[in-house]
Amino acid sequence: MGVDKIDIKELAIELLIPLLAIIFSFIIGAIIVYTFGYDPIETYAALLQGAFGNLNRFADTLLAATPLIFTGLAVAFAFRCGLFNIGGEGQLLVGGLAAAWVGTFDGLSVVVHVPLAVLAAAIAGAIWIAIPAVLKAFLGVHEVITTIMMNYIAYAMVAYLSLKVLANPGEIKTPPIEASAYLWRFSNILDIRSYMNLGFILALLVLLFIYYLLWKTTIGYEIRAVGINPDAAEYGGISAPKNIILAMLISGALAGLGGAERTLGLYHYYIQGFSPGYGFTGIAVALLGRNHPFGILLAGILFGALSNGRTFMNMAAGVPIDLVNIIQAIIIFFVAADLIFRQFIPNKSEGGVA
Amino acid sequence: MEILTQIFSLETLSSTLRMATPLAIAAIGGLYSERSGIINIALEGLMLAGAFIAVVVSYFTGSPWLGLLGALVFGGLFAMIHAVVSIKYHADQVVSGVAINMLAAGGTVFMLNIIFNTSGTSESVNALPYWGPFKPTVYIGLLVVFIAHYVLFKTPFGLRVRSVGEHPHAADSVGIDVEKIRYICVGISGILAGLAGAHLSLGVLDSFREGMTAGRGFIALAAMIFGKWTPFGALGASLLFGFSQAVQIRLQGLGIPTEFVQMIPYIFTIIALAGVIGKSTPPTAIGEPFEKGKR
Amino acid sequence: MEPILEMKAITKRFPGVLANDNVNLDLYQGEIHALIGENGAGKSTLMSVLFGMYTPEEGEIFYKGQKLDIDGPQDAIELGIGMVHQHFMLVPTLTVAENIILGSEPKRGLKIDIEKAIAKVNELANKFGLQVDATAKVKDIPVGMQQRVEILKALYRGAEVLILDEPTAVLTPQEVEGLYQIMESLTEQGKSIIFITHKLKEVLRISDRITVLRKGKGIGTVTTSETNQKELARMMVGREVLLEVEKEEADFGEVLVEVSNLSAFNDRGMEALNSVSFQIRAGEILGIAGVEGNGQTELVEVLTGLREATAGEYNLHGDSLYNHSARKIKEAKVAHIPEDRHKHGLVLDYTVEDNLVLGYHYREPFAKGINLNFNNLAEHANRLIPEYDIRPQNKEALARSLSGGNQQKIIVAREFDLGPEFLIASQPTRGVDVGAIEFIHRRILEQRDEGKAVLLVSAELPEVISLSDRIAVMYEGEIVDIVDAAEATEEKLGILMAGGSLEGGIANGS
Repeated sequence: MGVDKIDIKELAIELLIPLLAIIFSFIIGAIIVYTFGYDPIETYAALLQGAFGNLNRFADTLLAATPLIFTGLAVAFAFRCGLFNIGGEGQLLVGGLAAAWVGTFDGLSVVVHVPLAVLAAAIAGAIWIAIPAVLKAFLGVHEVITTIMMNYIAYAMVAYLSLKVLANPGEIKTPPIEASAYLWRFSNILDIRSYMNLGFILALLVLLFIYYLLWKTTIGYEIRAVGINPDAAEYGGISAPKNIILAMLISGALAGLGGAERTLGLYHYYIQGFSPGYGFTGIAVALLGRNHPFGILLAGILFGALSNGRTFMNMAAGVPIDLVNIIQAIIIFFVAADLIFRQFIPNKSEGGVA
Repeated sequence: MEILTQIFSLETLSSTLRMATPLAIAAIGGLYSERSGIINIALEGLMLAGAFIAVVVSYFTGSPWLGLLGALVFGGLFAMIHAVVSIKYHADQVVSGVAINMLAAGGTVFMLNIIFNTSGTSESVNALPYWGPFKPTVYIGLLVVFIAHYVLFKTPFGLRVRSVGEHPHAADSVGIDVEKIRYICVGISGILAGLAGAHLSLGVLDSFREGMTAGRGFIALAAMIFGKWTPFGALGASLLFGFSQAVQIRLQGLGIPTEFVQMIPYIFTIIALAGVIGKSTPPTAIGEPFEKGKR
Repeated sequence: MEPILEMKAITKRFPGVLANDNVNLDLYQGEIHALIGENGAGKSTLMSVLFGMYTPEEGEIFYKGQKLDIDGPQDAIELGIGMVHQHFMLVPTLTVAENIILGSEPKRGLKIDIEKAIAKVNELANKFGLQVDATAKVKDIPVGMQQRVEILKALYRGAEVLILDEPTAVLTPQEVEGLYQIMESLTEQGKSIIFITHKLKEVLRISDRITVLRKGKGIGTVTTSETNQKELARMMVGREVLLEVEKEEADFGEVLVEVSNLSAFNDRGMEALNSVSFQIRAGEILGIAGVEGNGQTELVEVLTGLREATAGEYNLHGDSLYNHSARKIKEAKVAHIPEDRHKHGLVLDYTVEDNLVLGYHYREPFAKGINLNFNNLAEHANRLIPEYDIRPQNKEALARSLSGGNQQKIIVAREFDLGPEFLIASQPTRGVDVGAIEFIHRRILEQRDEGKAVLLVSAELPEVISLSDRIAVMYEGEIVDIVDAAEATEEKLGILMAGGSLEGGIANGS
C-alpha cells in the first residue's frame, strides 16, 4: 500500500508549508519596504542582527519568545481538542496580575514563593476560561465569541484591579514584587544585560510536559480523540464535555503562565498595557508551529526574534518597527490558507471517506 | 433624582447616538457577512483601516467627503483579503480575521510613520461638517440599519444571503452562486466597517490615532450577537452599549467604576449566547467553507 | 414514441473507481422508471451526471431529441430536469414558500412578491395533490411534507422530468403510500419520473419499467409487469440470493440480557422507542429486523450508553445497566459494533494501533495510571492484525487509509478480543466487501457458540434470517413480534416490518 510513503510525504508537507509561508511573507515584506524607498536587504540584515547579533541580543530574543511559547501552547492545546481559544490575551493578563499580586506577599522563601506565584497565574488563567469552557461543554456555545468577550472583560477587570485596587494612587503599575518571587535571571551568571530569566526554562519544561501529556498519556489520547471525532470518542466511553473542559482549563492555565513570566521575570510588577498582544501572536505561533510543541518552540523563537530585532532594524535601516507586525499578519494568512500552497502539491490518492 | 435626570438628559441621549453609530454600522456590516456564513471578527481591523484611510484621503485632498468615500472603498477592498482567504482558500475564518486585525494594527501605524512621520496621532485634517445636531454619518448609520432590514428580509438577494448562510448546499442546488453571494456580503461588511471607522476619525475627531477603534469592532460584534443577527436587534444593542459608554463618566460619580460599565456589552453577550435571556443562535453554516458536492 | 430522455453509454470514473461503466437509460413521457441496485452500484452517480453535478468521461445525453451539454444543476433545472435529493435541500429557517421560490423569486419592484409566491405554491400543490403549509417554517413541518416541498420546488421550476433519490427511505408506510399517489398524479399530468431505490417491493408496486445497475454496469432494463422479485434480485446481486451460513445447533444457556419496557426519545425529542422488551440467552443471537428508522438506532444507543432512556429496565447477568455511561457499560463487558463506523467506531486520524484500544485505552495493560504503555499497545496490535486479517499489516497506518472492510475488521477485532458477555452488532457488514462479510459472520457465530449473548441489528433480511436464532421485528419504536428464525421468511418478516401481524395481514393496508 505504501502507507509509510504517504505519511512521510504528509510530514514533508507539514514542514514545507510553514517554511513557504515564512519565505513568501518576507518577500512581500521586502516589496513593501522597497516600495517606500528602503533597502530590503539592509532591513532584513538589520533585523537579523538585532535578533541574533550577539549573545545579549540572542538572550533578548529568547526572552521575547517566552510568553509567545506559552500562549502558542495554549492555543495549540485547545486546538488539539478541536477548540479555538482566542482568549489567550485575557488569560495572560489575569495570570500576570495574579502573579504580581501573590509576588507582593512577604516573608516567603524563594522555593515557596516562586511556585506559588506561578501557580496563581496558572489558576487565574484557568478561571478566566472557565465560563467559556462550561458554556461550550454543556450548551455548545461557540468558544471563539465567548473567549473574545472574556478578553475585553479582562482588559477592564485588570485595569480596575491593578490601577484602583493594587497600585498606589497615581501609579500605573502595581507595587514591586518581593525578591523572593523573582524568576532567576541569566544575567546572574552570563555577561549579558538581558532580562532573560528562568521563565524560558519553565517554557521548555512545560513544552515537554505538554508533548508528554498529549501523546504519551490516556489524557492526551482522550483529548485528541474528542478533537478529531467527538462521536467516536463518546462511543469509546470518552466524555466530550469532560475533556473539553479539561483541555480549555489547561489552555487557559498555559496562557496565564505567560503572564507570570512577564511580571515575575521581566518587570517585577504589573504594568497596565504590558502585553502588545501576546495572546493573539500566540495564535500565529500555534498555527505556524502546526500545533505541535516542538513546532511552537521554533515559531515562538522566530516571532520573538522579529519582535526583538525590529528596534535595531528601525535604527539601522530606518524602517518603522511595525513592518514586523505586517509580516506576522501575512504569515498567518499564508499558514491559514495553506490551500494556496497545497494546490501546487500533487494530490495524494483520494481518501476513503465520501 | 438629580443623577437620573443627568443620565437621561438630552446631552447623554445625543451622545448615546454618537457612540452607538459606529457600533451599529459595523454590526450591520458583520451581519451581512455572518448571515452569508462567513465569520467576521475582522470588523475591528476593517474599522481601523477605514478610519486611517479616511484621514489620509482628507489630508491629501482636503475633502472629508472624499475621505469618507475612500474609507468605504478601501474597507471593501481590504475585506476582500478576508473573503478570498476564507472563501477561495477555505482558511479558518477566525484565524483570517485575527490576521486582518493584526495587519490593520501594524499597517496603519507603519503608514502613519511613512506619511505623517509619527507613530501616535496624525495631523488634524478637514473633518465632516455638522448636519444639524449630528455628523452626517449618524444619519447614514440609521439609514444603513433600515436598508439592511429591507434588503435581508424583503428582497430576493436577502433571501439568497440567508439561505447561503443556513444551508449553502440547498442554495447551490437551485443554482445560487454561493461563493459570489459570500464575496458580496464580506465586501459589504468591509464597506460598512470602513464607514464606521470614518465616523470615528472624521466624524467624532479630525485625526487618526494609533489603535483608535479601541475594541469597538468587537463591541459591534457583540451588538450583532446580542441583537440575534437581526438589523433592528443590532441597532437596539448598539444603542444600549452606546448608552452605557455615554453614562460611564456619570456613573463613576455614583461610585460605579468605569471599568465595570465597560464590561457590560461583553457580559450581556455571553449571557445572550448562554440562552439565559432568549437564546442567540448563529446562522447554521457559519464558519464552514463551502465545497461543492460535499455535505 | 420517442423517449423524452436518453442517456447513452455513460462512463464516469473516480480515482480508483469506475462508478458508471457504459450505462444506458431511457425514459418516456409519463413513465415511472425505477433505477435499482445495491449501495454503491452507481445509481447516484448516474443521476448526478444527468443533473449536471458530474461530467462523464464518455457518453451522451439526449433530451427531447436534442443532445445535451449540461454544466451544473442550473442547466439541468432550466431544461426541466428536477431532482429531489435523498437528503433534503431545504433551508430549515425559511418558510415553505421561501424555500420553493429560492433562486427564482417573483418580484414586485425590488421586493419579493410573497403573496404571489404563496398563491403559486398553493396552485401547484392543488394541481398535483401535494398538500403543504406555504407559510410554515420548514423546520416545523414533518418529513413527509418536507418531501412534498422538495417536489414542489422542482415543479415550480417547470420540471418535466423528476429524479427521486431514495424517496421512501425517510417515510412511514402511510407516507410512502401518499408518495405513490403523488407520483401517479404527476405522471397522469405528463411528468416523467426516475425513481431511485434499492427496495424491490416498492419498485414492483409503482414503476413501469426498471433499470438495474450492478457495480457500475447497466445489467438491463425490464418491464415491471413482466418481471418478479426473484429475477430483479438476481440482476441486482448477480447470483441467487442464497446466503447460506453454516451454523451449529444452538446451545442456549441462562438468560443473560433482560430488557423490559425500554423507552427513549430520538434527537428531535420524539418518542423513538416505546416500551421495548426482550431477553437474550447465553449462546443466542437475537436479530432485529425492521425498516430503518423504526427505533433500531435508538435501541442500540440506549443499550450502549450513548442515549438516555426515559423508562424501563436493562439488566445483564441480573445487574442493572440502565442509563449507565458508555464506559460503565463497556466495563460490564458489552461490546458494540456501531452502525456508522466513520462516525462512531473509529477515530479515522488515529493509527490502527490506537484504534484497536479505543474505549479500552485507559485500562491495564494498555495504560498504567495516566501513562499509555506503548509496548503493550504494539503487542496488542501485532497480535490482532494477523488474527483478524487486517490489511495492510501496518499498525502505524491511519485508519482513514484502510478499506471499509478492513476498517470494520479493526472494530470487530477490538470488540471481540476483550471477551464480551453481550455483543451488540449493528449493520456489521454494511459497505463491506464479500470476503469480509463472510469473515465477520463467522466471527459473530463464534461468539454465539462460545456462549455469548448477541444482538444483531441489520437492514439486510437475509443476514438477519441466516445468522439469528430468534428475530424481533421493530416497527415505529415497538417490537411487534418475535419469531423463531427457523420459521422466518422474508415474506413473513416483511408483513411484520410493514406494521402488520401474522394473523391479520397488514393492519393499515392500502
